[in-house]
Amino acid sequence: MSVLEIKDLHVSVETDQGTKQILRGVDLTINEGEIHAIMGPNGSGKSTLAYTIAGHPKYHVESGSILLDGAEVLKMTVDARARAGLFLAMQYPVEIPGVTVTNFLRTAKTAIEGEAPPIRTWIKDVRQAMTDLRMDKAFAERNVNEGFSGGEKKRNEILQLELLKPKFAVLDETDSGLDVDALKIVSEGVNRAKANTGLGLLLITHYTRILRYIHPDFVHVFVNGRIAEQGGPELADRLEDEGYDRFLVPSNVG
Amino acid sequence: MSAASALSKSALKTVPAPSTSAAESVLPAGQHGIKEHSDGRFGYVPVQTRSDRFKSVNVADFEAVTGREAVWKHSPVAKFTDLTAGHVDGSRYPVESTPSPDISVEWVPRTDARIGTAGLPEERAAANAWSAFDDALAITVSGEEAKEITVTRSTLGNSTRGAHTIIEAKPFSQATVILQNTGGARLTENLEIILGESANLTVVSLQEWDDSAVHLANHFASVGRDARLKHVVVSLGGSIVRINPSVRLAGPGSDTLLLGLYFADAGQHLEQQVYVFHDAPKSRSRVNYKGALQGQGARTVWIGDVLIGNKAAGTDSYEQNRNLVLTEGTRADSIPNLEIETGDIVGAGHASATGRFDDEQLFYLQARGITEEEARRLVVRGFLTEVVQQIGSPELEARLQLAIEAELIGTDDK
Repeated sequence: MSVLEIKDLHVSVETDQGTKQILRGVDLTINEGEIHAIMGPNGSGKSTLAYTIAGHPKYHVESGSILLDGAEVLKMTVDARARAGLFLAMQYPVEIPGVTVTNFLRTAKTAIEGEAPPIRTWIKDVRQAMTDLRMDKAFAERNVNEGFSGGEKKRNEILQLELLKPKFAVLDETDSGLDVDALKIVSEGVNRAKANTGLGLLLITHYTRILRYIHPDFVHVFVNGRIAEQGGPELADRLEDEGYDRFLVPSNVG
Repeated sequence: MSAASALSKSALKTVPAPSTSAAESVLPAGQHGIKEHSDGRFGYVPVQTRSDRFKSVNVADFEAVTGREAVWKHSPVAKFTDLTAGHVDGSRYPVESTPSPDISVEWVPRTDARIGTAGLPEERAAANAWSAFDDALAITVSGEEAKEITVTRSTLGNSTRGAHTIIEAKPFSQATVILQNTGGARLTENLEIILGESANLTVVSLQEWDDSAVHLANHFASVGRDARLKHVVVSLGGSIVRINPSVRLAGPGSDTLLLGLYFADAGQHLEQQVYVFHDAPKSRSRVNYKGALQGQGARTVWIGDVLIGNKAAGTDSYEQNRNLVLTEGTRADSIPNLEIETGDIVGAGHASATGRFDDEQLFYLQARGITEEEARRLVVRGFLTEVVQQIGSPELEARLQLAIEAELIGTDDK
């Protein structure tokens, strides 16, 4: 059974105003098959945690560690992390000019598996996943994220989640900017991925509405760069009613 | 963008839409007088119709090149004064060609009737070549069957040279002519392409010169009634490569597709000034140039002029240039100009965009398990393949894909 452990993680970022401390000692353990929701107000460092796990060069790890089945993730390159089984569904996926979705998916799958997927089953899998996500066939020949609407970009992220089959996925505000229909489709995709592969999920969100469709086992409230409170799904309901006010203390994180 | 709908009948309008994109401007330090927008004053030329430019085959009719002229202002003219001002050798040179039925390759004298029928020099380097050449290389295509020929120059060497080439496609003939350039060169030349009625000709000019080569070329094409010219410029190797194709759609129903593909490495200057003159009704043109830039001082220039003359009713034209900037320290100039002298057109448009392959794109691809090297290859191949696939010669297309990948690897150690 796989496990992702985050231990006493401190992360800073360089800004025009100098070094800014964002994560201040995050501890979190996610087992395969578990869904963890991280909720918190804007600027609390939720996305920083997501990007640090994926290895974005902008974020500087001051101390702490991230272990995937005991292996130090922080020592791995971005692509090595993905090959080790980590996946980040991005809040703002970028456009990749000149690279079609088909070509991109096949290249990524080949990189992660270490060999090209068998052509016939692969094409079938891609088609099925696109149909499930209500993505038009024409998507396959469009350039990655180029001219995609917000909802299309998110669906494209979940398409990759379903096809690349990671051990752990971090979903960074996947619900933002989605109308209720798109939110349902995307949530179904995430639930399907979990049912098929039993992956562990770290769901980062500001609002509780995605939790109506994806049911977390654990909820962590993130404030000022660390986990301020944790509990079961009932904690999300309480946040829905009360908001984040009771956690908000003066801080220097926007 | 369609400029057509806004124009009334017989309107004469010049619509320049320059866009200069520089990941980081590379201005030679300490060189006098070079700064941003310096052309606003010095190079000022009153607006004139593109077809009214001064033409002459005699080099002495042109003033010495200063670099402020409209046609030269983007070029490093100081690096090839020997080609614009010096004596150039106009003698015959070794040429190799693959055997092909119904295509003859031969040297013809200056008095050949075809010379000067497709176009005349509009700048000094072209006129210098024209004044100097002894004999012209003539490639004559006949026969209605499809066929391909490759004509190779590989031993021009590093002394200055002026050359003249004619490619004639007889009425109803069909062929692909690949002009392959390798080795060293300090060359200024003119190429005339003449298409008879209903001819279907593809001309590919392939520049894979040595790193130090300088190549200045003007291509003049005249496309007859219902004829179709596909013209492809592929510039990968050479220090300074400047290929300026101009195509006159001379016959009703004539059609041209102008493709360009270039990959500028550190210090390389690759330039193309493309001109399409719609001079007959129902003529059609498409221009699509794509380039990648990688490494310190990599520089590309694309100027696309389209003139829709007052005889050219019912024409359809579109030109576009796309550049992909892969690293810091490069500069891509992209300047489309559209000039329309008749309101009766089907379509006229242009597009220009210069995009960067940036750290966020790299991160995105890497976050899906793709290595940095593979990510670059994926993006560049994807970007340039659109042009490669339209060439229509499978063997050449496959070779170019490999050449593009070699370019990527060749400068990875930037």
